[in-house]
Amino acid sequence: MRRGRRSWPPLSVLFGLVVLLLVVITALGADLLAPYGPTTQNLRERLQAPLVGGHVLGTDNLGRDILSRVMFGSRVSLLVGVSAAALAGSLGILLGLLAGFLSGWWDALLSRIADVQQAIPFLILAIAVAVILGPSLINVVLVLAVTTWVSYFRVVRAEVLGLRESPLVDAARVIGAGRLRIVLRHVLPNVSASMIVIGSVMVANMIIFEASLSFLGLGVPPPTPTWGRMVFEGVQYVDSAWWLALFPGAAIVLTVLAINLIGDWLRDVLDPRLRAD
Amino acid sequence: MTYLAQRLVQGAFVLLGVTAVVFGLTFLTGDPASVLVPLDTSREEMERFRHQMGLDRPMPIQYLDFLGRALHGDFGESFRHHEPAMGLVFERVPATLRLSAVAIGFALFISIPLGSLAALNHRRPLDSICRLMALLGQSVPAFWLAIVLILVFAVYLHWLPSSGGDTWQSLLLPGLTVGAASAATLARLLRSSLLEVFVQDYMRTAYAKGLSRHAALIRHAMRNAALPVLSYLALQVVFILSNAVVVESIFAYPGMGRLAVEAIATRDVPVIQAFVTLAAVIVVFVNIGVDLVYVRIDPRIRLS
Repeated sequence: MRRGRRSWPPLSVLFGLVVLLLVVITALGADLLAPYGPTTQNLRERLQAPLVGGHVLGTDNLGRDILSRVMFGSRVSLLVGVSAAALAGSLGILLGLLAGFLSGWWDALLSRIADVQQAIPFLILAIAVAVILGPSLINVVLVLAVTTWVSYFRVVRAEVLGLRESPLVDAARVIGAGRLRIVLRHVLPNVSASMIVIGSVMVANMIIFEASLSFLGLGVPPPTPTWGRMVFEGVQYVDSAWWLALFPGAAIVLTVLAINLIGDWLRDVLDPRLRAD
Repeated sequence: MTYLAQRLVQGAFVLLGVTAVVFGLTFLTGDPASVLVPLDTSREEMERFRHQMGLDRPMPIQYLDFLGRALHGDFGESFRHHEPAMGLVFERVPATLRLSAVAIGFALFISIPLGSLAALNHRRPLDSICRLMALLGQSVPAFWLAIVLILVFAVYLHWLPSSGGDTWQSLLLPGLTVGAASAATLARLLRSSLLEVFVQDYMRTAYAKGLSRHAALIRHAMRNAALPVLSYLALQVVFILSNAVVVESIFAYPGMGRLAVEAIATRDVPVIQAFVTLAAVIVVFVNIGVDLVYVRIDPRIRLS
């Protein structure tokens, strides 16, 4: 199944791995690594351009060091990205297994719910739920998970439907394996490869979604620095002080690109059917 | 014909579900009566008002009532503008459709050359470059791309306006922003779908009868590779509507997305309900429409 010659990942993937590693180290060690506190204000040094007066990426409208805020902002992005993708994944996989294996009435109900959800523009649904729940870290994770589980659900359901008729599952049934055993021991391992692939893409998307919610003022509330909110606060200074909005956005792009590069490679290695070429 | 009927019934079920979600929204945001009356209303007056508005009836009855009015396009009056909510949203539809059309135009304009170049240069450097560009496109959040485009084209070059929606120039930046994200996925899809087509027997036949690579690509490969791209484009409609919500706000573009964000900020529930319902109707009909086009393009589906 696997391509034997791929022993060493291509350069782009190594780049992705290095960037992701740096982001993770930054998130974990922001307290030690950041030159300033994320909320330390210095009104005499407000709106300083990059590389002027000891601020590598400049300062914002309250004189806060942008580099430090970007470094601390990585925490929310990674935390929300990973936990929302994991929660959406658990929900989608569980319901997908249920729909695919029980089929009939359950399948019809869950599939229709998925249809309904996909007919509503994601951000509108997320915004509505965020408005109802109110902004907080846990709510952002909940909002994202509740609005994106469908992607996992569809894939798992389709794969389970295919596997149900396969000799693999027939054989298990013949030797007397129960339903639960078949699902856990024979079906789940067979969908895990595509789940890892979707999962990596999902983490990347979740980081963008979290930033979009933050940008709309519905993310993790201040004073916690988030990349999306930093971009939002920088927008009004875009013609005079471009660095406010540009750098936190660049951090999002770099992190998401790194994860996408790795995910793309994982798809090649893990799942021959999903392979791009 | 039976196929169309089946799709219509399915679509009706989806819309029924959406209206249930939309209806539930009213109650999740708190007691609707308390939003509608002044803060100093007495308890008795409040009860009278609830009775008057029919808010004291059982939920299923209220839902049926809501559904009945929704079928006539009646979502009540906007709390903020004191005009029929659906009318407000409907006014903004043409602007958002224009934006979506420009976005899809940009998406195709970028993704078709990018995807076919990548496929024609399979496993050569150009392929990797196209792949990298597509991945980059997927990694840029729309709201940030919008800001970068404003910085370059409006603030520095002064070529295009950064806001508004009165001229065709004001459509270009928001359209490009929304289209770029879709272009990335479409390019990758077209590439893999072309690669699958290239190894088919009819392609070998096309070459064997002396068609040039160029002619074979246009006449045989593209037509077959277009199918998955087309069906994906239908899925992109939801994505484009989602992105329009953010992008319209940044560019102060007078579309329905911006109206929805304003409505959410001011908790203008009737407008939110009208917007979500209308958006779902658009999505459902686009999906059915694409299915029908699909049947026309691919004779295999027509025959089966």
